Amino acid sequence: MRMKVSDEALARAAAGGDAEAFSSLIARHYDRVFGLAFRLTGRREEAEDLTQDICVSLPTKIAAFRGDAKFSTWLYRVVVNASHDRRRRAATHAKAADGWGEVELARRAEAEEARAALDWLQCAMTGLPADLRVTLALTLEDGVTHAAAADVLGVSEGTVSWRMSEIKKRLKALKDDER
Amino acid sequence: MSDEFDDLKRAMDAATPDADATRKAENLRLAEENFARLQGSMDAARHSSERGIWTRVTDGVTNMLNAMTTKGGLTATTALVAVGLFMVMPQGRDLLVPQDPSLVDLVPEGLDEGASLGVEKNVTFGQAGNRSDNTELGASNDVRNGEDARIVDDLNGTVLGGGQVRRQAEIQPADKGDGDTLRDLAQRDRSEVDGLSSGSTIAADEPMLEAEIASEEFAANAPTEQLRSNLSKDGKFREAAKPSTEGRIRSTNEQGLALGDSDGVAAIIAPEAVVVQPESDTEAFSNAETSSLKVTQDEPLSTFSIDVDTASYAVVRSSLTTGMLPPRDAVRVEEMVNYFPYAYPTPDGPHPFQPTVTVMPSPWNAGTDLVHIGIQGTLPAIEDRPPLNLVFLIDTSGSMQDANKLPLLKQSFRLMLAELRPEDEVSIVTYAGSAGQVLEPTKAAERSTILSALERLRSGGSTAGAAGIEQAYQVAEGMAKGGEVTRVILATDGDFNVGIHDPEELKDVIAKKRESGTYLSVLGFGRGNLDDATMQALAQNGNGTASYIDTLTEARKVLVDQLTGALFPIANDVKIQVEFNPAQIAEYRLIGYETRALNREDFANDRVDAGDIGAGHTVTALYEVTPVGSDAVRNGPLRYQVSEETVDASGELGFFKMRYKQPGDATSVLIEEPIFAGQGEAGRDVRFSVAMAGFGELLRGGDFLGGWSWGDAIALANGARGEDAFGYRAEAVTLMRLAETLSK
Repeated sequence: MRMKVSDEALARAAAGGDAEAFSSLIARHYDRVFGLAFRLTGRREEAEDLTQDICVSLPTKIAAFRGDAKFSTWLYRVVVNASHDRRRRAATHAKAADGWGEVELARRAEAEEARAALDWLQCAMTGLPADLRVTLALTLEDGVTHAAAADVLGVSEGTVSWRMSEIKKRLKALKDDER
Repeated sequence: MSDEFDDLKRAMDAATPDADATRKAENLRLAEENFARLQGSMDAARHSSERGIWTRVTDGVTNMLNAMTTKGGLTATTALVAVGLFMVMPQGRDLLVPQDPSLVDLVPEGLDEGASLGVEKNVTFGQAGNRSDNTELGASNDVRNGEDARIVDDLNGTVLGGGQVRRQAEIQPADKGDGDTLRDLAQRDRSEVDGLSSGSTIAADEPMLEAEIASEEFAANAPTEQLRSNLSKDGKFREAAKPSTEGRIRSTNEQGLALGDSDGVAAIIAPEAVVVQPESDTEAFSNAETSSLKVTQDEPLSTFSIDVDTASYAVVRSSLTTGMLPPRDAVRVEEMVNYFPYAYPTPDGPHPFQPTVTVMPSPWNAGTDLVHIGIQGTLPAIEDRPPLNLVFLIDTSGSMQDANKLPLLKQSFRLMLAELRPEDEVSIVTYAGSAGQVLEPTKAAERSTILSALERLRSGGSTAGAAGIEQAYQVAEGMAKGGEVTRVILATDGDFNVGIHDPEELKDVIAKKRESGTYLSVLGFGRGNLDDATMQALAQNGNGTASYIDTLTEARKVLVDQLTGALFPIANDVKIQVEFNPAQIAEYRLIGYETRALNREDFANDRVDAGDIGAGHTVTALYEVTPVGSDAVRNGPLRYQVSEETVDASGELGFFKMRYKQPGDATSVLIEEPIFAGQGEAGRDVRFSVAMAGFGELLRGGDFLGGWSWGDAIALANGARGEDAFGYRAEAVTLMRLAETLSK
């Protein structure tokens, strides 16, 4: 069954023009792309649009996949770059950052606990500078190691580790402020 | 990582919505169209509706499974399969049928009318996410229209409104892959099925059943979460006040539940696809072919790294006590021998250990001798030991939930905790799906904090082993201070299924980490998917030892009795090289150590990694040697080679060399001594180790043992039991007897 074929093999087949391989590849990764897009943008609509951008451009981009990186790393890089592009194009940096919350808050207002958690999440995410936020969005994905995140962002593993400790420091400070 | 970070991750997971299904379908189509345009061929991008029915079937399942990427979704859906399974299984059906026979109309008819079952299930996540998953499995009443089994998958419940997707999953018997998937799901959910049947209550006045499952995965996040399954027999949720003849669950035959339609396209969930089977066996063992007999004239040097692992013996024991001979590759003879404590002469010189060489006649082949090398590590006063920093890296993946895995692991660590000093530090990192630190570095004095963190561990999810290792090493490096010993203790069933799972790649990762000075112990738990090869790769490349823990007794031996040896290395990169004298020895054979063989030039190369000796460890190596002129020489002289008679008046059988590094040093120290015929005395320890080597070789097929039998091994081991304070040797004899019986 196709599910058992590795991402890399599928991606290489897709790069070679195999439409079926391409279809199953994007079907397989769609939700992950969307999840990362959401963490990067903080707004559901933004995330949907960003995911669409990626879907539209992926057929062109996949042809350049050489198989020297892990497909997931390559794909995350595409997502991160697309989100940069989008932000620059629309000049909605502030909006994207501000997006953290409203919709999601309204959606999940039923539970007090959940709201508290979301408020905190909103503060935490908006409080972070862009590079830290991108690093955080990546590392929150299951199975993405510091090394993999470094690969995606084109920085050293040490930088990612430093950023993560910086993030933790800021989160802790934020938590302490609340008390 | 910090609590704040974990909170954030949880909040983020909860806040992340699922992709809008309509948009998803659109976007996917868009991408496919663009792709096709780019390739200049519209044909390639056929939509699934235009393809054959079987393709749609596989696509349906693929899509469905691909769509369920969130943990909750996956859990909900697998639970749902469990519910389906529950209804299919005879026991499950019995439970579904109200006890009062008058209330139900059970017609054991054929299947032509179609059987229907509807399950509606509300999964509520009680934590921050508060996501309402509403998943329903409906096997439609009208099975004649070709939709055999439909799984409606709506992970967004009410929020999405119009954006519901209905994915058809038609399960076809011919597709092996689907069968496998089902079987996987069925197996994964065995516990949930158990939970379901034991926790079921039957409402007598209506044919509806509420089952509460407190699955471990849910309980891990919020203990109050409940999975309520409302099963109504005619697919109408909470409506059926009394059973109607329409929606009976038919008492199908033992062939399984068949949902048939008129044109012969039937989805038959064959019993072999659904019946809960014993855990699939994905064990992988690391081993190599038994070392062959070497002709001294051609190859006088034998080089290997020492091995203080004991995992193999414990695996062998676990196999034998369950009534099976162990797989041949599970038997590593040197580990069988090194499992036992021996009292070899203790070191008195400048070195942290003392090699003792004994030459004795071989018990199995007349005309050959055994060269027995026993190495005893020094045991520094336990009071003087430096403080320990321990990072428990615990696999909490779904596969760890068996009683002999996570629960045994918790008990084992509790035993070990009692042995630690107040100033020692402990941290716990878990990995399941993603890695996470569940206990910040904590002084061993705060016993209750550590214990409660240990208690809270639950199993669930896949295994992101590589990420866990990264994090554990990071924590360990943060804890390390000068003069302290830092060690990562990895406890796993070896099933690394997320991230790196290629032993070669893991080796590279670990080898890099090794340079930080952190040691690694690998503890294997459970059988079924024990990945011995990966464990070996980790331990050998991470300056570590691998042990296999099958019982609490074994946990005591590894973690308590040998706490010092297991945790305090006294010599690193210990290598042995023996040069045999062709004037005395015609042939030789190294017993065991197949996986530890080194190249001749590696011996003096300090950059080549090798095994480490811990405080008080004993290591045994055995050679079987055939003296020149013995009847037992197997390789006759060659006709065309001029064989030069080596003249050597020394009378030495060979020359023993050993290199080791003091912990922290980069350059090695050399120990060397000649080996003479008849040297040393074959005491009890020596004889017992020989018996164990013979036992190991017998389990591997005994190619070189001639007519030496299990009986001979038992006699030799029994004669050399000695004091055996803890009964280890007596246990070995029991295992030999079991093996004797099993191999008949």
